[in-house]
Amino acid sequence: MSIDMRQFHQVFFDEAAEHLGQIESLLVSIDLRRPDDEDLNAVFRAAHSIKGSAGTFGFSDMADITHVMENLLDAVRKGERALTADMVDACLAADDILRAQLAGHRQECQVDPAPAAAIIERLTRLLPAAPVGQAPAVAASADPLPVRESRGLQADVFDVRFVPEPAVAAQPTLQDNLLDELGRIGGVEIVYRPPPEADDARWWLKITTLMPADTLQGILDFMAAPGTVEISATDGGAPAGEETAYGFFDPLPDLPAAPVSVPAPQAPPREPAGEAKPAAGADTSIRIGVDKVDQMINLVGELVITQAMLLQSSQGLDPVLHERLLASLGQLQRNTRDLQASVMSVRMLPVSMVFSRFPRLVHDLSRKLGKQVELKTLGEHTELDKGLVERLADPLTHLIRNSLDHGIELPEARVAAGKAPSGLITLSASQQGGSIVVEVGDDGAGLDRARILAKARERGLPAPDSLSDEAVWALIFEPGFSTAEIVTEVSGRGVGMDVVRRSIHALGGRIDVKSIAGVGTRFTVRLPLTLAILDGLSVRVGSETYILPLGHVTESLQVSPDMIHSLSGEPRLIRLRGRYLPVVALHREFGVADGGTDWCAGIMVVVEVDGVQMALFVDELLGQHQVVIKSLETHFRRVKGFSGATILGDGRVAMILDLQALVAGARRLQSVAA
Amino acid sequence: MPLQAGAPPSITDDAAGGCEYLTFFLGDEEYAIDILRVQEIRGYDPVTPIAGTPAFIKGVANLRGTIVPIADLRIKFGVGGVEYTPFTVVIILNIGLRVVGIVVDSVSDVVSLPARELHPAAGLSASIGAGFLRGLGTVGERMLIVLDIERMMRSPDMGLVDPDDAG
Repeated sequence: MSIDMRQFHQVFFDEAAEHLGQIESLLVSIDLRRPDDEDLNAVFRAAHSIKGSAGTFGFSDMADITHVMENLLDAVRKGERALTADMVDACLAADDILRAQLAGHRQECQVDPAPAAAIIERLTRLLPAAPVGQAPAVAASADPLPVRESRGLQADVFDVRFVPEPAVAAQPTLQDNLLDELGRIGGVEIVYRPPPEADDARWWLKITTLMPADTLQGILDFMAAPGTVEISATDGGAPAGEETAYGFFDPLPDLPAAPVSVPAPQAPPREPAGEAKPAAGADTSIRIGVDKVDQMINLVGELVITQAMLLQSSQGLDPVLHERLLASLGQLQRNTRDLQASVMSVRMLPVSMVFSRFPRLVHDLSRKLGKQVELKTLGEHTELDKGLVERLADPLTHLIRNSLDHGIELPEARVAAGKAPSGLITLSASQQGGSIVVEVGDDGAGLDRARILAKARERGLPAPDSLSDEAVWALIFEPGFSTAEIVTEVSGRGVGMDVVRRSIHALGGRIDVKSIAGVGTRFTVRLPLTLAILDGLSVRVGSETYILPLGHVTESLQVSPDMIHSLSGEPRLIRLRGRYLPVVALHREFGVADGGTDWCAGIMVVVEVDGVQMALFVDELLGQHQVVIKSLETHFRRVKGFSGATILGDGRVAMILDLQALVAGARRLQSVAA
Repeated sequence: MPLQAGAPPSITDDAAGGCEYLTFFLGDEEYAIDILRVQEIRGYDPVTPIAGTPAFIKGVANLRGTIVPIADLRIKFGVGGVEYTPFTVVIILNIGLRVVGIVVDSVSDVVSLPARELHPAAGLSASIGAGFLRGLGTVGERMLIVLDIERMMRSPDMGLVDPDDAG
């Protein structure tokens, strides 16, 4: 390559990833018996786009795979082959390998060529007896630009007109590079080259080449302004790319190559110029670094604080004398609130970003397990914080695997139970107040109470028969708990559910399970709207303010002296409704010198973390509000006992308590008390 | 006497292309730090103390929406009376990508000090810590204690960074 293509790599990576996602979602949803032509075409186009740009950038491994894929899809599209499940699977596998290759190129590291060669083999076997020219180039060193062969070695003459990108138009060197580039695939004759200063002048080239039109298209796409490339075959040559069949042209009879002026189909508007690029809609969005967005969120947060301070200092003013000032302040308040809301929404992504991967998962797993499963997704447009969306993928994957593996029965068993042979997994998301609720439900066998209890006893967990259903279901979240009779590849390693619960907790959410034998199981995951905001209870300890995550607070109360119990000579516990709760005195824990020490004068806040209850002793409850979580680690380091910090309305910093860490200390105390 | 060979090695000095220093007082002693590390200078606002940190870490403060740690160099070096008056100053430093504030008694001057005018300060580094002292400089009649503030702030005994990502 004579110009540095690296600057375009990022665009290629992003586009290719989009195309791969599209291929996957289309293939998974395709109906084998009556494949929709439009879908087939879309898959074909996506594969083709990847091939084109991969070839241009020299990622020949990707071009090789997509080339074979394209051939296969083309045969299906033209009705030469019926679509089979094998084909879909092979294409999906190819999609995976392409992703791996893409990831490799992104990180500029070597990709293992073995799986690529294997998939090309696999795809090739599915092809109709391949014409000579269509044999895939398996050799790693293959030319990424597939030569068009079936017409023999007759070169085509293409009539190419395009308007260069403004950046290219301004730089003759870039133009020369382009000409060099084209010169490598064939003869280039310049019919009209506009002078360098002409901005949007149209170039006109005649190119004699063996390559198909899309190769030209690929080269030109990166130099020409979008949508301006027109390629048409002139004398002798078939219309662009007819043989490798885009289906955009009617086949022409093979005319003798006499220089009769076959009325060359004058530049039939090559719609597919859009192929290599996403549709025009792409212009309406921009990619921004998350750090920039976060900076905006910070600054807006500061603006809100400043605004609140202004409002506070205006409170003493005479409303009659300062009417205009007060009106403007009111306006400022509304505007800042709107601004804050819209800036926060920048970080929000639709949950479909995670949901979209599950049809594939269900498709693959159900085939592997011999089950028939339909996946229904609801509320994919529900938005939540980017950070949450990304970290939600793993726990949800686990839940869905679990439903597939343990929940849904085999078709025979379902029929025997009077259900439809095909099971249903429902994945839904919705916003409920300040939180997002994601549910994974199945209509399978439900949890087996007896087996969970037996398993729990086996593992030495306290599990009396009198346990309520809910308590029994909660047992499946215990570490090392799996009821699968056979440890399968899919799940059943016993690391599942406790990891799910832990990762949901880490996101500030919680998970519940409901199950009815024979009817199904439903997992409900409740998450805060955003990672950046926490529902907090602010408490005063001495002159310090601390924030407790409200989700863990169960109650607060004032204790009387008879509720306080000592342990090894010191008051350590309170007795509340027959239970002994360990007390963590925050002033002592955090060394607040001016904190109150009389337990009866302050307030006990009862919190529950991971099933452990404890009481926190504070001086006063200040209020309950949403706080913006700030990391301490950005400029400082982790501090034991705190999960982060926030900025209060008056600009001061308050620490957010890490209850998990506190409970670890209290747990020891409770085990003594119990 | 001025000497070059003996001048303590410095990472930032030449790379940064300048030898301008911000000088400040801790008690009666005048210290100097590379001015390119300084982001801003502000008054001392009360900070939020953090339990379980060394005494010289005063706590964390809100700097336009980000939370930055504040260290009091007077306590760290054991010089000057530690009181917080309206004239107490916080110098906000940029150390790599991190932002850190240090409390000093007052900021005095910006001086240019060529590397060759730095005198080695062997044997003087007991309280400050070896390697954090670039040397001693003289401006007129004043003696400047020139600190390698970046290395000092990154060092584990400041407790400002997690040991595992101190790099």
